[in-house]
Amino acid sequence: MRAPDADDILLQVERVALSFGGVKALRDVSFNIRKGEIRAIIGPNGAGKTSMLNVINGFYRPNHGAITFKGRTRAKMQPFEAARGGIARTFQNVALFKGMSALDNIMAGRTLKVRCGVFWQLLRFGPALAEEVEHRRKVEEIIDFLEIEAIRKVPVGRLPYGLQKRVELGRALAMEPDLLLLDEPMAGMNLEEKEDMSRFIMDVNNHFGTTIALIEHDMAVVMDLSDRVAVLDHGVKIADGTPDEVKRSQTVIDAYLGIVH
Amino acid sequence: MLYRETGQFKTTYAEDIAIFPIRQDRIALAVLLGIAFIGVPLLATFRIWPFGSDYLLWAILLPFLILALAAIGTNILVGYCGQISLGSGAFMAIGAYSAYKLATGVHIPFAALGFAISIPPLPVLASILLGGLMSAAAGILFGIPSLRIKGLYLAVATLAAQFFFDWAFLRLPWFTNYAPSGSVNAPELVFFGLVVRTPVERYLLCLVFVTLLAMLAKNLVRGNLGRQWMAIRDMDIAAELIGIRPLYAKLTAFAVSSFIIGVAGALWAFVYLGSWEPLAFSIDRSLELLFMVIIGGLGSIMGSFIGAAFILIAPIMLNVLPTELGLPLSTQTITHLQFIIFGSLICYLLIKEPHGFARLISIGKEKLRLWPFPY
Repeated sequence: MRAPDADDILLQVERVALSFGGVKALRDVSFNIRKGEIRAIIGPNGAGKTSMLNVINGFYRPNHGAITFKGRTRAKMQPFEAARGGIARTFQNVALFKGMSALDNIMAGRTLKVRCGVFWQLLRFGPALAEEVEHRRKVEEIIDFLEIEAIRKVPVGRLPYGLQKRVELGRALAMEPDLLLLDEPMAGMNLEEKEDMSRFIMDVNNHFGTTIALIEHDMAVVMDLSDRVAVLDHGVKIADGTPDEVKRSQTVIDAYLGIVH
Repeated sequence: MLYRETGQFKTTYAEDIAIFPIRQDRIALAVLLGIAFIGVPLLATFRIWPFGSDYLLWAILLPFLILALAAIGTNILVGYCGQISLGSGAFMAIGAYSAYKLATGVHIPFAALGFAISIPPLPVLASILLGGLMSAAAGILFGIPSLRIKGLYLAVATLAAQFFFDWAFLRLPWFTNYAPSGSVNAPELVFFGLVVRTPVERYLLCLVFVTLLAMLAKNLVRGNLGRQWMAIRDMDIAAELIGIRPLYAKLTAFAVSSFIIGVAGALWAFVYLGSWEPLAFSIDRSLELLFMVIIGGLGSIMGSFIGAAFILIAPIMLNVLPTELGLPLSTQTITHLQFIIFGSLICYLLIKEPHGFARLISIGKEKLRLWPFPY
């Protein structure tokens, strides 16, 4: 595993608060993600994990607090601007383009890398064709990496769940992101599929050097994969540290198991 | 046997992403284009069956080509980008009236300011293309609500476009050059010094337009812009996350779609109708185009052609069939029967195959590739 550089901070979340009416989803949460690490965010249901990703992503605008990504602090941001900045994301419930083939889904992930204008795309000739082939080559590398060669032309709606999750990861990888947000990549998978997915996540981290923020409920996976773990409960960060530290923390144990009053 | 791709190896990605990667498809297309560009004009010129009279050209092939073009435009918006539109008829009208105004010369007096904008009459080809551009501009304008509203609500908003332009072309005499009857006549069709007059010439003119625009549309939908449109259609949130701007994707779909529909509208008016009233582009036309893309296949260029053929030819067949069979039915009964059978046929088709003829064909192709084995 790559040794993350302790000083090289890719994303800094500072005192972020988010509320929906009276519900406080996040209260003054601060944490950072170092370049090259696998950072897990865990917590019981309703702890605010997905809300945190949505804030990083630009879907939700925090009530206060600041997010610094690659040295730039920003107040508000549109999701496509986050994408432009180099943040990719997969969803808890698969969010693929159902009517398109696996190949087209991943090709769509290259949108931001397309240089030819509409005019050339219209003619699909010369530079436009050359670019299309070049993107296809990159996408085929990802298809190769994720071992989904056989299903590349199948409409994703027809694929089993585990493969859909893999295609979604492929689409995120096609963006060549600096930061990859994975929202429960193993939800609803059997043991074998979980092992495959864990291997892909580690390989992405190792080979491409992509920084990964991971939300996951399977503790075995989280403890094995991640370099550092942040624990949220009721919108508050209750622990932060290496997997071993977090495992021993009494507040974390209480949050998961409940305490006798 | 006939439809097998065995032995056709693709060694480059460029070969794999060609329009028709399978050789049999390329041959079929070449044959089809050969018949359309050479066979039909030859038969029609020498009046060989079934072109003994001009009926087949005038009443079937010409409207089929133009409406197929309009259906392609509608399909880009509804089928590829998923924005339901009931305003296609209005965009055809904008194309037609803009082309008409440009071909006859535009004069806009600003009496209060003491000057006027005058554009001399433009050549027909320029007028038709500029008519398409005007329609594209109107499409962008009426596409802006799509950024906020979706689905059926958007359909209602585009319905507003339909009624507004119906009203404008009927009530504002400037558009019809103050013709007292409200009906206008197309200018003489001159293209680079060649005059298009006979049905065969008109057919060839439309065929060139349809072939070129269909090819360009096909290029767009299988390129990056097409993938952006489909991504917005299938899952707009995820589309935004991979860097697609909804504003750009939706408005380009509206623009491209309205351009094609506008050109089709100008052709419909200039080449097919010759003289027309706003009624030619009423809400009925919008619905007809929508049916064409739904029955032909949403998200398929070929489906647009099949849908146009079905909607256009099925009623004619139903009309002719009882007489041919010698059934003693009155004309009125035949008309009623035609509506009943046509309606139930559409219901039946949509229940059997909700994705239209295009899906039926692709399923058929898949089966043929494996034939005689089931899988």
